[in-house]
Amino acid sequence: MSETRTDKYFGQALKRKEDPRFITGTGNYTDDMVLHGMVHAAMVRSPYAHAKITGINTDSVKDMPGVIRVLTGQDVQDAGLGSIPVGWLLPDLKTPAHPAIALTEANHVGDIVAVVIAETRAQAEDAAAALEVDYDALPAVATTHAALADGAPLVHDDVPGNVAFHWEIGDEAATTEAFKGAARKVHVKLRNHRLVANPIEPRASLAQFTPAGGDYLLYTTSQNPHIHRLILAAFVMSIPEHKLRVISPDVGGGFGTKIFQYQEEVIVLLASRLIGRPVKWTARRSEAFVSDAQGRDHDTEAELAVSEDGKILGFRVNTHANLGAYQTLFAPAVPTYLYGTLLNGVYKIPAIHAKVTGVMTNTVPVDAYRGAGRPEATYLIERIVDMAAHELNMDPAELRRQNFIQPDEFPYQTPVALVYDSGDYEPALDQAMQMMNYAALRDEQARMKGGKKILGVGLISFLEACGLAPSALVGQLGAQAGQWESSLVRVHPTGKVELYTGSHSHGQGHETAFPQIAADELQIPIEDIELIHGDTGRMPYGWGTYGSRSAAVGGSALKLALQKITAKMKKIAAHLLEASEDDIEHEGGVFRIKGAPDKSKTFFDIALMAHLAHNYPADLEPGLEATAFYDPKNFVYPFGTHIAVVEIDTDTGHVKLRGYGSVDDCGPLINPLIAEGQVHGGVAQGMGQALLEEAAYDEDGNLLAGTYMEYAMPRADDVPFIQHGHTVTPSPHNPLGVKGIGEAGTIASTAAVANAVMDALWHEAGIAHLDMPYTAEKVWRALKDARGSQPQAAAD
Amino acid sequence: MYPASFEYHKAESVDQALAALAENPDLKVIAGGHSLLPAMKLRLAQPPALLDIWGIQEMKGITRDGDHWVVGAMTTHADVLRSDLPLFPEVAGWVGDPMVRNRGTIGGSLAHADPSADYPAAALALGVEFVIRGPGGERTVHADDMFQGMFESAVQPGELLTHIRIPATTQASAYEKFRHPASHYAVVGVAVVRHADSSVRAAYTGAAEKAHRLNKLEDAVNGSQAVPTGLVDAGDLLGDRFASAEYRAHLVDVLAARAIERLG
Repeated sequence: MSETRTDKYFGQALKRKEDPRFITGTGNYTDDMVLHGMVHAAMVRSPYAHAKITGINTDSVKDMPGVIRVLTGQDVQDAGLGSIPVGWLLPDLKTPAHPAIALTEANHVGDIVAVVIAETRAQAEDAAAALEVDYDALPAVATTHAALADGAPLVHDDVPGNVAFHWEIGDEAATTEAFKGAARKVHVKLRNHRLVANPIEPRASLAQFTPAGGDYLLYTTSQNPHIHRLILAAFVMSIPEHKLRVISPDVGGGFGTKIFQYQEEVIVLLASRLIGRPVKWTARRSEAFVSDAQGRDHDTEAELAVSEDGKILGFRVNTHANLGAYQTLFAPAVPTYLYGTLLNGVYKIPAIHAKVTGVMTNTVPVDAYRGAGRPEATYLIERIVDMAAHELNMDPAELRRQNFIQPDEFPYQTPVALVYDSGDYEPALDQAMQMMNYAALRDEQARMKGGKKILGVGLISFLEACGLAPSALVGQLGAQAGQWESSLVRVHPTGKVELYTGSHSHGQGHETAFPQIAADELQIPIEDIELIHGDTGRMPYGWGTYGSRSAAVGGSALKLALQKITAKMKKIAAHLLEASEDDIEHEGGVFRIKGAPDKSKTFFDIALMAHLAHNYPADLEPGLEATAFYDPKNFVYPFGTHIAVVEIDTDTGHVKLRGYGSVDDCGPLINPLIAEGQVHGGVAQGMGQALLEEAAYDEDGNLLAGTYMEYAMPRADDVPFIQHGHTVTPSPHNPLGVKGIGEAGTIASTAAVANAVMDALWHEAGIAHLDMPYTAEKVWRALKDARGSQPQAAAD
Repeated sequence: MYPASFEYHKAESVDQALAALAENPDLKVIAGGHSLLPAMKLRLAQPPALLDIWGIQEMKGITRDGDHWVVGAMTTHADVLRSDLPLFPEVAGWVGDPMVRNRGTIGGSLAHADPSADYPAAALALGVEFVIRGPGGERTVHADDMFQGMFESAVQPGELLTHIRIPATTQASAYEKFRHPASHYAVVGVAVVRHADSSVRAAYTGAAEKAHRLNKLEDAVNGSQAVPTGLVDAGDLLGDRFASAEYRAHLVDVLAARAIERLG
């Protein structure tokens, strides 16, 4: 499948059709939209992590220039708006109310307590800064540790003990049994720290209410406009869905954080209705830090049972997941079904048991962030497997190899619910080791030991599950949404084609990749095809883009719709060529009679006749468009091996990521250039967590890194050249055979880079584990302490 | 990203700027704006009125005056980077990114006296002289007296730093920096210069409330001794989440040794 098929678009590294407008600054983002009479909203946000709101003096700003209205939680209540709902329910989940504007209590720094609407953005910001709000500060909790302590202050009175849920998966008794006989028990206590997503485009929303028809229009930065419409119409505003049109135009990155229903979207809709003018809000970067849902934040204790010869026997995990102050759309699912079910990794593990406790704290809500649960699972298992290899004095690659699920063992039922449908892990491992000269790296590491610069090699073999499916299964697991996808193909009389998808592109390159699929199926030039997405007023229903689902689910829906089109075109061709439909073949860009290739009709001939219907089959509907809905039979399971190489300056503790190689298997590649770009961005994002980024809070719930002066994003010179390879194991169950690639880089690279740092520190000084991020002082101090005390000699 | 509203004034000459400052004590001088504007956007600074001196031509450019270089305060980092000045081009390469360097100025940075800025260490090591004009005329301040505290330089309200004078006779120089991964400001920066008389001057920035000379280092090197450790006392340094005072003291030692090694 991997050879270049120059006669096909599928598989070609085409440059992205959407890029010219992005790189020339002519994209159309929500903040670019201007509606007649538009006014501006500025949010007044709580400076306290936890406080009673004792008074809001709206008179304090009503005479300021341009001020139109101040909204408070009372206005939300008076309008009868519902709480922002959670989209994934777990058994006995305790879900606190999440009003669009806090009414009596602010629960995190950044929680919205009032809104100022004014004629200009500057006037709104000035008045928001001047609004007098009285607070009674309450004790706050910022970490799972503080929130679960005896007598801890409650974030919400209706969530006793700050525990939103207890969840578990696997077989506790079997796991206990597996540990009894184990020669080695590798134990780790680790923290998967919190991150801010930081898409380059801050969130923005613009609402327009038209009183005459009672219609709402909402432009918003969404990865899934239909989900926004469903939640806003059905759950929050109690209006018919057809009275709300949600448009998500060009979106500058999502990374999960633009999946969710946010307070500000409700606020601009309400404000527009109340004042009768379009209302826009665009986040300042500093607002994004305290209002975009954040990622990760797990405190975990885990133990791996292994035999003396490195066979994994059992795995047990206890995780406390910090959910923040409210539960946003997928929050309960991320640390449970997207984490616990992934703890098997790529290995044959006879017994696994995992417990997860969801904990409310006075911090920004936590939800899906690129990878969503799978990076946390991958980091945990790959870290502890490396620790096992170190303890057993085995090469980490070889320990992995001997525990891989073998190709003939698929479909493979894991002890944590998933059935892996396909996989072949060893070729990816071999290719990655060869690509990076693994053996030579180990020699170099030995040579550098004890020097001013030391080397670490982090190797991880990972698996992820994406394209959540089928809908019936995710429904049983608590999802309040379907997980199928739709596509509409519309052929115009001239033979030009519009594709519509319920998926959404916010950097993934759909406008190039989807037409590549269509051009092959229709056998027409790709220039004749355009993809349209992101508008509930134009597309069939869809569930949007997250969890690396667009190609596998949305692309498959497109394939089915295209097949309906070509089937109908064959009927029309048969009629025009006076042949039986069975004798028509679609080859070389024409519909022709088998065995009589000179008798043919072009795509254009048939498209035109479908619309003219002058000479047309009697029993066939005119027109040429088709819609398909595709509900996958299973997840897809991309996998691969990544290798990170770090050099540590032992004088300063500075870690430099010197090299990185990835071998990914996401099935056949629609567009290798886009796939590789997804891996590059993903690797950068994942190494950011390992080395640079940390959304730390102080004990009072103040974010300590709330600007780019403190929050370190990876920059070009932090990321090395990334070597890239592929193996191709098609998904056996979707019509394209494709799997996902959008999150793989992030899922893999955090663990790979962390293992590289710890590999260096283990070989140099016998340090078994340190928590990320590996900032210079942390590494320097660990080396200094280990060398100073020399308690554990390195295993070699 | 929206500052509080403010008045904007622009000066075309030093005389015009000094007159405006004399007339309106509320005027805050803005040069390239790369320190002041971010603070204003976060509303940490809310000056009622700005005086923009970026366009004053007589404060731009680099010229040679005998055994000194004379650098206009409004010379951009980018122009410094491309110049033949001693040490400063290397230091300018550590400042911000190309956009910052095309707009930010050497005088703006030095007068602002940010404790994490790169230039102050270089100015101390080079023994730069600062030419300051005010209502009472012109005065010259030596680098050792320029940096007085956190964000506090010798430039007084109503005055302008117009030029700096840099000895053009140095033999060798080096700047070693450990930068903050987010801001790229100096966690510690160490500058060393071997002067015409072969004596070495050294200074560090980033670690304390202001840049300081590294006397212990200078004494050792000028006495032909090996570079010692414990050059600065952690008790005199600042610490934060990224780097404690103890770690910064250690970095001063590490970077000083590297810089001296580069002097050859």
